[in-house]
Amino acid sequence: MTINRRQFIRTGLLGAVALGVAARLAAPHPAPGFAASAADRQLIAALGRGMLGSLPATAPISLVDNTLAAIAGLPLASQAELRQLFDLLQQPLARMALGLRPAWPDASAEQVRATLDGWRYSRLTLLRSAYQGLHGLLYAGWYGDTASWAGMSYQLPASMKGLLNE
Amino acid sequence: MSKLPDLWQDGLAAGWKVTDASQGGPDLKLECDVVIVGSGAGGGMVAEQLSSAGLHVVLVEEGGLYSSRHFNLRESEAYPQLYQESANRLTADKGITILQGRTVGGSTTVNWTSCFRTPADTLAWWRSHHGLDAMQDAALQPWFEQAEARLNVGPWQTDPNVNNALLAQGCNKLGIPYSPIRRNVKGCWNLGYCGTGCATNAKQSMLVTTIPAALASGAQLLTRVRVQQLLLSPGRSHAEGIVGQALGPDGIQPSGRRVEVRARQVVLSAGAIGTPAVLLRSHAPDPYRLLGKRTFLHPVVMSGGLFRQRVEGYNGAPQSIFSDHFLHTQPLDGPLGYKLEVPPVHPLIMAATLPGNGPVHQRLLKNLPYWQVSLALMRDGFHPESVGGSVGLRSDGTPVLSYPLGAVEWEAARRALLKMAEIQFAAGARVVLPVHEDAGLATSWRQAQDMIRQLPMQILRTRVVSAHVMGGAMMSADERHGVVDQTGRHWQLDNVTVIDGSVFPTSIGANPQLSVYALALRAADALRRRL
Ligand SMILES: Cc1cc2nc3c(=O)[nH]c(=O)nc-3n(C[C@H](O)[C@H](O)[C@H](O)COP(=O)(O)OP(=O)(O)OC[C@H]3O[C@@H](n4cnc5c(N)ncnc54)[C@H](O)[C@@H]3O)c2cc1C
Repeated sequence: MTINRRQFIRTGLLGAVALGVAARLAAPHPAPGFAASAADRQLIAALGRGMLGSLPATAPISLVDNTLAAIAGLPLASQAELRQLFDLLQQPLARMALGLRPAWPDASAEQVRATLDGWRYSRLTLLRSAYQGLHGLLYAGWYGDTASWAGMSYQLPASMKGLLNE
Repeated sequence: MSKLPDLWQDGLAAGWKVTDASQGGPDLKLECDVVIVGSGAGGGMVAEQLSSAGLHVVLVEEGGLYSSRHFNLRESEAYPQLYQESANRLTADKGITILQGRTVGGSTTVNWTSCFRTPADTLAWWRSHHGLDAMQDAALQPWFEQAEARLNVGPWQTDPNVNNALLAQGCNKLGIPYSPIRRNVKGCWNLGYCGTGCATNAKQSMLVTTIPAALASGAQLLTRVRVQQLLLSPGRSHAEGIVGQALGPDGIQPSGRRVEVRARQVVLSAGAIGTPAVLLRSHAPDPYRLLGKRTFLHPVVMSGGLFRQRVEGYNGAPQSIFSDHFLHTQPLDGPLGYKLEVPPVHPLIMAATLPGNGPVHQRLLKNLPYWQVSLALMRDGFHPESVGGSVGLRSDGTPVLSYPLGAVEWEAARRALLKMAEIQFAAGARVVLPVHEDAGLATSWRQAQDMIRQLPMQILRTRVVSAHVMGGAMMSADERHGVVDQTGRHWQLDNVTVIDGSVFPTSIGANPQLSVYALALRAADALRRRL
């Protein structure tokens, strides 16, 4: 049973990678770097819903903008890897092979979280690394934002008050 | 931005020769006596020594110039600005996250100021197993003393913060010896933000010591230049200089501007990973296939303890207590020993590091002020199976380290997770969380033991990090066993000298900055005499 399931995941993943590569080759002019699209923004929002859940903030936090800014700060090789991952996740067949039936914008937080947890504990290091990569990016996007700090009763040292330009 | 005084502002106004190559313009062509690649612990030290000896030095740095006025204690700005790969450099299989600096001052601009001399047992091993007969305690002592005097290394007179004090308390309860850590600071405010750049200029990093001194004696600094390769002579026995590419203002994309520096001597101080990468890209002679090999990390595993009292691991000097007890409970080349310390606990890095997601993770972070975090640095490079990693190049020429973790490392990781949990409970932790994707919250030492014994020790489940990259261009007593000689001179390229953490043949077994400084002073002295 587990072996069958594992085989399925493996072939499913390979197929999914192939689809992702095909999509990439079909793209007219791959720009260097990540080059975010509207679909990427929706995908990040969905992943964020699943990974983070709903968190308190003292002002609106744009997780999508923060995440895209973090991606833009990575070396080109990492940006290209993330591009591949995002292209793959946006292929409907690949997405389903990787555990999510509804399209990303339609998926509930619970559905996305269950999918992410599947990768988190996968036997395949590739899926675990995808999970960990997204975990790092999304949490950095949230907790790097000052509006998240009050939720942890965290603040900068009082002795620096007035000494820091914003 | 900090409004505190910034010596760089005055220096630049006084005419220090600093060129930000991302600012556009024609290709750059310079000539000098010595070109130094990288401005970290090794590069900073050698720059001061050689320019004060009257040599014309050009220092070439991939990162940007950020100084105290830019440091605002924000992780979201500091990591992309000051760290390699936004503090998210990963090994090839993505199993280990590596912290290294990429800014003027290199890792010293962001490091945590802990100072240890190279342990005597490490030096003895280098002599007996690597033939490094020059690495005698007495012979090195003056270089350590000189480095300590230059960087104001001394005992930390202030009480440890709670994060460190709890490590001491737990060790105390269990009869485990521990000691205070010496630090390279002057007038430290005890803020706890060493890792985002010292806003008060208290940390005696290269950014505020040797590099300003070198500039004051006429050295030139180029920033945002990624050195691609050495310009090699037709016979490949000599370097005529270096070529690099200027990066754009984003510090990521090459702008197309070419930088060439011709020099009598080339010093490589791009750090372990960076230095082997320059040599690999140059197709430097490597007859014994040793280049990039034996790269060590002191792989680190971590444990979180939740306390009733506020710990506020983000406030106060990040590291002030350590225990070397578990480095000495078995032979140097036996099961890996580990050094116990604590990291600073800031929100972004903590959120990215702690396992889990959704509401579970939310509860962990809500309690941020109550977490004590301990870490164990494993001493790699001594056990016969602990051979470290190797540096290779991606298709775009950027370096990547493969560092497979094997049975030896995982055994030590489990042992260290157990011990840290025991110490945290002894210090009064309510709950302990080994930093592992499969771990839950243990409420007693017994429960923690049962859990940790079962945890699958695998990459991308067990969190493994490193801030200590060492090796890859190791010293040796003869050319068959290393890349450089005992003063850092390249065995095959007669005017290329490696002066940074890549020359170590094993890990140090202690936080490495002071080892880099002392060996840099010694190598710089030998180089000056050769000139
Ligand atoms: C967060 C953190 C905390 C640490 N805490 C401590 C501590 O408390 N105590 C301790 O002893 N050690 C600590 N360390 C480690 C210590 O700082 C390093 O071991 C030491 O700085 C290494 O010196 P280095 O000269 O080898 O390299 P680095 O100091 O890393 O300098 C290398 C420089 O070369 C530049 N470079 C790389 N490639 C190129 C290229 N191709 N062209 C141009 N420039 C290039 C880099 O940008 C960098 O500035 C810490 C490190 C980090 C990252």
